[in-house]
Amino acid sequence: MIPFTLQKVSTQSAALQAAASGGRYIAGGTTLIDLMREEVEQPQKLVDINALPLGHIRIEGEELVIGALARMSEVAAHAQVRALQPLIAESLVEGASPQLRNMASVGGNLLQRVRCPYFRMLDAACNKRTPNSGCAALGGLNAGHAIFGTSSHCIATHPSDLAVALVALDATLRVQGPAGLRALPVEALYRLPGRTPHLEHSLAPGELIVEVRVPNAAHARAARYLKVRDRSSYEFAVVSAAAALQVEGGVIRAARVACGGVGTIPWRLRAVENQLVGKPFARASFEQAANIAATGASPSAHNGYKVELLGRTVVRALEMAGERT
Amino acid sequence: MSTAFDRYEEPSPWSTASDAFGPGDPELTRRQLLLASSGVLAAAGLSPVPAAAAAGSGRAEPTAAVRLRVNGRPVELEVDLRQSLLDVLREKLALTGTKKGCNQGACGACTVLLDGRRINACLTLAAMHDGAEITTVEGLAQGEQLHPLQAAFIEHEGFQCGYCTAGQLMSGVACIREGHAGSADEVRAWMSGNICRCGAYPGIVEAIVEVGKERSS
Repeated sequence: MIPFTLQKVSTQSAALQAAASGGRYIAGGTTLIDLMREEVEQPQKLVDINALPLGHIRIEGEELVIGALARMSEVAAHAQVRALQPLIAESLVEGASPQLRNMASVGGNLLQRVRCPYFRMLDAACNKRTPNSGCAALGGLNAGHAIFGTSSHCIATHPSDLAVALVALDATLRVQGPAGLRALPVEALYRLPGRTPHLEHSLAPGELIVEVRVPNAAHARAARYLKVRDRSSYEFAVVSAAAALQVEGGVIRAARVACGGVGTIPWRLRAVENQLVGKPFARASFEQAANIAATGASPSAHNGYKVELLGRTVVRALEMAGERT
Repeated sequence: MSTAFDRYEEPSPWSTASDAFGPGDPELTRRQLLLASSGVLAAAGLSPVPAAAAAGSGRAEPTAAVRLRVNGRPVELEVDLRQSLLDVLREKLALTGTKKGCNQGACGACTVLLDGRRINACLTLAAMHDGAEITTVEGLAQGEQLHPLQAAFIEHEGFQCGYCTAGQLMSGVACIREGHAGSADEVRAWMSGNICRCGAYPGIVEAIVEVGKERSS
């Protein structure tokens, strides 16, 4: 590990100040420390933000509010989260291991780095790690890589399950920066790789995620997260689907569908949602909508199977969500 | 037959609280000797370690003072900022029951309780935990009285080579406390951060289910 300095802060202004002078925020550290040990990440100054009062989980009006420093395990086990936002609880429990969930913060989960093996392999080309060095995954082992949002510079999938759930639920971040507090939809946090895959999010330098706000909509209560993977727990998604439904009188009134494991960013399927609204609440409607789930996909040599798997995962997730209506 | 090697063995996962910071024997253990000769071990006891004592290059690496309660005993020490909690437990406090497996948070061999919650000690910087309460496998037993899960591991033959055992025990104790030990399936899902799957694994799962049932009844 490259030597670094560590500054502990207990106020947001101190945190912003430390970041303005080149500091890098650290909360749970479960991704960052691993990458620092591999020397993929080499921050010179860490800013420990764990003393900031951002561990809250509460209902405010029509929203669930989660502090950025709330731990994955705390949010997943919270009674109000489980009752009003089961999709969030499920996506968290499906991620990582109990030990990691006890450490990892919600804000850090959203900003975790990709799991593409070439990103961690210092002798492999990776535009995300070293801009303009090339992409070993393009012609390499890419069975786990993205079929949406790819570019000729990067095909790594976004790894967060929570982000998929939050995108489906129209969640918004509160972000504190030198210029003040601003709202940022979770969907707008993520950048497509394009020609600059090393730029992964839309936070300005030094900006701090303060909290996540999720509307407690009717469809959020009838929602499920289905994660398809190579083993049944403690593994990243091959394909995942977050599905939420609101049904009245046997007719689908509202639908939300987003997917993980398939996109370079969490992938919302708006065309599928639009197809579902107004249709009878039935498997045939789910299948019809899922037919267009993979429209626009551009698979690589080894991940073409994700096209078929995506449609099936969406159908099953919708069925599971329907069981809660 | 008792051999000369008996007393040189590192503390087993069954170590009692009284020898949590190494045996009372004034002679060096094999491990202490190895660590001392490699310049790694600055102190196995409770005294503060001089900053950058082990650097040897003349260049002081950034360090931090940290106070911990480890297995109920207060510790004050100076750590290199780069040291994980795992490295501090093993190399500075000689609590070698906690194992270094993958060092990437993937295997669970380094699981300890931090303020009562299980974590991977390899993925956290010791310098970030001033004031924390740590429980390692050495802190599970009460004197000669094994923790019920330790006893159940023996009963169900839940150990084989022993390398993952400490982490499995710590994670198992937490799994039961969290209320996730209701069935073998639930235990397998909530013990998934402890990844060893040798012949002992069925026994480990049985032991956790059994103790979990006793605790909830």
